[in-house]
Amino acid sequence: MLRAFFDVRAEEPPNPLIPADYDIIYSSIIFVALLIVVAIFVVPRMNRALDARAEAIEGGLKKAEEAQAAASAARDEYTAQLAEARAEAARIREQARTDGQAILAELKEQAQAEAARIVANAQTQIEAERSAALVSLRSEVGSLALDLASGVIGESLSDDKKAAAVVDRFLADLEADEKAKAGK
Amino acid sequence: MLIRIVITVLLIVWLLIATRRMRIVPSRGQVANEFILGFIRNNIVIETLGEKDGKRFMAPLMAMFLLILGLNLTGTVPFFNIAGTSVIGTALVLAIVSYVMFIYAGIKKFGIKYFKNALFPAGVPWPLYVIVTPIEFISTFVLRPVTLVLRLLMNMVAGHLLLVLCFSATHFFLLTVLFTDGNLLGLLGIGTFAFGAAFTVFEILVAVLQAYVFTFLAAVYIQLSLAEEH
Repeated sequence: MLRAFFDVRAEEPPNPLIPADYDIIYSSIIFVALLIVVAIFVVPRMNRALDARAEAIEGGLKKAEEAQAAASAARDEYTAQLAEARAEAARIREQARTDGQAILAELKEQAQAEAARIVANAQTQIEAERSAALVSLRSEVGSLALDLASGVIGESLSDDKKAAAVVDRFLADLEADEKAKAGK
Repeated sequence: MLIRIVITVLLIVWLLIATRRMRIVPSRGQVANEFILGFIRNNIVIETLGEKDGKRFMAPLMAMFLLILGLNLTGTVPFFNIAGTSVIGTALVLAIVSYVMFIYAGIKKFGIKYFKNALFPAGVPWPLYVIVTPIEFISTFVLRPVTLVLRLLMNMVAGHLLLVLCFSATHFFLLTVLFTDGNLLGLLGIGTFAFGAAFTVFEILVAVLQAYVFTFLAAVYIQLSLAEEH
């Protein structure tokens, strides 16, 4: 076996650097066949697939960008609306406050007017009652005083004309006296 | 020879199925396929040549990568057991393709001035052209395809030889020495088998790596031809 092994090794091998004719021919045919397949099918298909993918990715990116832009636009709009709403609310609040103040002031004024009116009414009523009282007092005081005086002096002062003149004079004196007192 | 035909048919069928329905949102299988094709497309071709020129040379470079990868991997597949690229034919054809491509790219862009650019690089004092021009000529127009061929070929041949050596040694040690002769020295076969297993994994790495290197260099050569300054 060992001998056989070396026998095989000892045989003159063909020079591997010198190609056989068929070797070259078949290699060429094989390469050309493969080249044709690659050129006609593989490369165009692959390029198409890669281009399609790149396009899809770019399209996706663009879509995402658009969506983002839309979202941010919506957010801006929302923020603007929010700000507007806030301003509106503030405006309404301010309006309400001023309105409230105006109403309050008006009410106060009305109340004051009413109070003044009531006071005036009361005063006139008082005045009227006072004058009425004064009138009735005047006549009563006059007759009382006359009765008293007639009792005192024993003489009827029933002469109305005279009596009225005495009472009037007395009252005038009284008023003058009061006025003088108030003037002091 | 049969290996290459089988592999090519497999590759073509796979490519057609893989790219038959490419969706925008990929399925799991599509992600896996796109990983491989996308690696060639982006990491090798477009990264080296840029978007515009990359698209022009996409198909040949991709076919080149796939063919080398497929044929390299056969070195580790049971029943194939020899890399399709460990015979010089394929490597030579692909190197010629690469050679034609980068010269074509240069001529297409600069016309006949391409050779002047390549052989008489700008910014060199003219007496030095005596030295520089032959060097450039040899390195660009002779060594490039030769190194492409040899690098791929020898990597695959060496890998194949290593695997053959390890596995035939295993076979020899275990069957002949250990079982037939009863010699305990035959236990060495376990070690050689472990080596063989390790080198199988290594071969897969090398297979991918060489496919990458070959295609990448082809792309770089095209890029150098297209560049304004050399």
